[in-house]
Amino acid sequence: MKNKRGEDAGLSVAADTLICSNLWTVSGVGALRILLDNQPLPTCDTVAINGKAITAMDTAGAWLMLQLRERLEVAGSQVVLEGFQPEHHRLIQYIAEQCQGAATVAPRRAAGSVAAWWINVGHDLISFLAFIGEVIVSLLLAVRSPARIRWREILADIYQSGVKALPIVGLLSFLMGVVIAYQGSIQLKLYGANIYIADLVGHSMLRELAPLLTAILVCGRTGSAYAAQIGTMKVREEVAALETIGMSPVDVLVLPKLVSLIIALPLLSVFADVAAIFGGMVMANSELGVSFSAFFYRLEEAISYSTFMIGISKAPVFAAIIAIIGCYQGFKVEGSAESVGQHTTISVVQSIFLVIVVDALFSILFVLLGV
Amino acid sequence: MPDQDTIISIRGLRTVFDTRVIHDGIDLDVSRGEVLALVGGSGTGKSTLLGEMIMLQAPDAGAIKLFGEDVVGVSEAGARRLRRRFGVLFQQGALFSGLTVLENVGLPLREHTRLDNAMIDALAQVKILQAGLKPEAAHLYPNELSGGMIKRAALARAMALDPEVLFLDEPTSGLDPGSAGSFDELVLKLKDMLGLTVIMVTHDLDSLWTVADRVAVLGGAKLQGVDSMEALSLSTEPHIVEYFSGPRARNTQERQWKRK
Repeated sequence: MKNKRGEDAGLSVAADTLICSNLWTVSGVGALRILLDNQPLPTCDTVAINGKAITAMDTAGAWLMLQLRERLEVAGSQVVLEGFQPEHHRLIQYIAEQCQGAATVAPRRAAGSVAAWWINVGHDLISFLAFIGEVIVSLLLAVRSPARIRWREILADIYQSGVKALPIVGLLSFLMGVVIAYQGSIQLKLYGANIYIADLVGHSMLRELAPLLTAILVCGRTGSAYAAQIGTMKVREEVAALETIGMSPVDVLVLPKLVSLIIALPLLSVFADVAAIFGGMVMANSELGVSFSAFFYRLEEAISYSTFMIGISKAPVFAAIIAIIGCYQGFKVEGSAESVGQHTTISVVQSIFLVIVVDALFSILFVLLGV
Repeated sequence: MPDQDTIISIRGLRTVFDTRVIHDGIDLDVSRGEVLALVGGSGTGKSTLLGEMIMLQAPDAGAIKLFGEDVVGVSEAGARRLRRRFGVLFQQGALFSGLTVLENVGLPLREHTRLDNAMIDALAQVKILQAGLKPEAAHLYPNELSGGMIKRAALARAMALDPEVLFLDEPTSGLDPGSAGSFDELVLKLKDMLGLTVIMVTHDLDSLWTVADRVAVLGGAKLQGVDSMEALSLSTEPHIVEYFSGPRARNTQERQWKRK
């Protein structure tokens, strides 16, 4: 509630008396505080503060009154409170008691040195490696005793991260195929090499772009969901509950996600390949007059089986990166809703980054192997 | 001009969830300066009633007046003005986890007043002390607080604007008996000092005897009775008898009668 000027807390000086008036409440004292800091106060031996005209007082008003009294006392005056309503007087006493001996404590400063930052990065790296180790151990244990594997959860996860992603992956790959074919067609037309559109779309899509695009989509769609889910469970102490029941959080939460994504992502990549080639075919037909059958015939000649396999073989590695980073960031959440958001963001950024880096490493590796 | 001493008045309140009738014709008045407790078994709509009073939910029919103003269909500006005049302590504290205690308590002040930052921090610190927390607690984050401290910090935030009415949703749930007792004392003390009106949902029988002036018993979608604990404990109304007849209730009752 905004106060009209006349209702703001008032203060006027008359010889050795300070006359207070109107609303000494949280909405009225804002202006007064500024006034107080600049107002010259009487410096007599005894100063009276008259509160007869105060119509309402709350904690904020009482606190300010105490500040005023303290300032006068520091200046060497004896302060007398007079004319206050009994309940206002009581409130001032009460707040004075509450504030006694309670100096404001300075906030803690977070260590911000460069060294501390690097040490942090080091710790982070070590704990990430430890997490990967933990996941591998429990994966090996699961392989040794397949009864421990949670098939139901794996199937549910495949549905969530795979089947439900089909429309978006299909649409985007199709559009990607269209774009590549269109850009290529402009160049190929110049040389009259229309039929080589199949080589262009086939190689770029199957070998590189379709698996990469799918992986990046899944980072944003599934990796972030893993981080947010595990993070929220951590905040709500569900992870701690699992441990006390004697179930390993890695077994229950990470393994099904990891296994299901390793199964789902290659399948999604195949689907992306198909959609992208189809997009290229449509474009080749309309822009270059290459019929569907001619395109297929050329595709079969141009693209070897290994090109397709190179593309698909990267998908399980991408899947492992996405699942492990998503889950790891989820487990790193501490206590607050803000932390869930932070780690979800980090999981997406890190996994997209790593997916692209690993894709580059694969390219180098394949060149060295000569495939 | 409405009666100055009636803070909340509820008339013919009706709430329906799908086909389940939660409240059917509830009338209730709360006067200035009293502590009213809302009790009732699980699912009798205590929290829903509280939610409707603090304008988080709208009833299906009936009128709720806060400070003489209708809250059903109130304008945005009107709602903002009303919200300034009451504070709410949520069951789990609902402290913002990304802010320190000091920032949590200062938030309503920042939103609703034009005070400068130094003064807001100073006032928030006063509230934190008032709520019985140590000054060091001001810079802790909610996940570093114990259950009792969370309740106190949340109370400090609810009190930030010196509200006229305080709504408490199960203020002592999850606290040990000692902390619960001192929390009750704190609420009474604040009520005396600041002239608060307190409305609380509680299951804590000790709180009902020591803090509440009147107790409203909800049951069967109706208000089964509103009276002091002494009077309610002598009631023969079936819902009231059922609620207060467990062994725990009887023990507390005996202890309280002996104390009187």
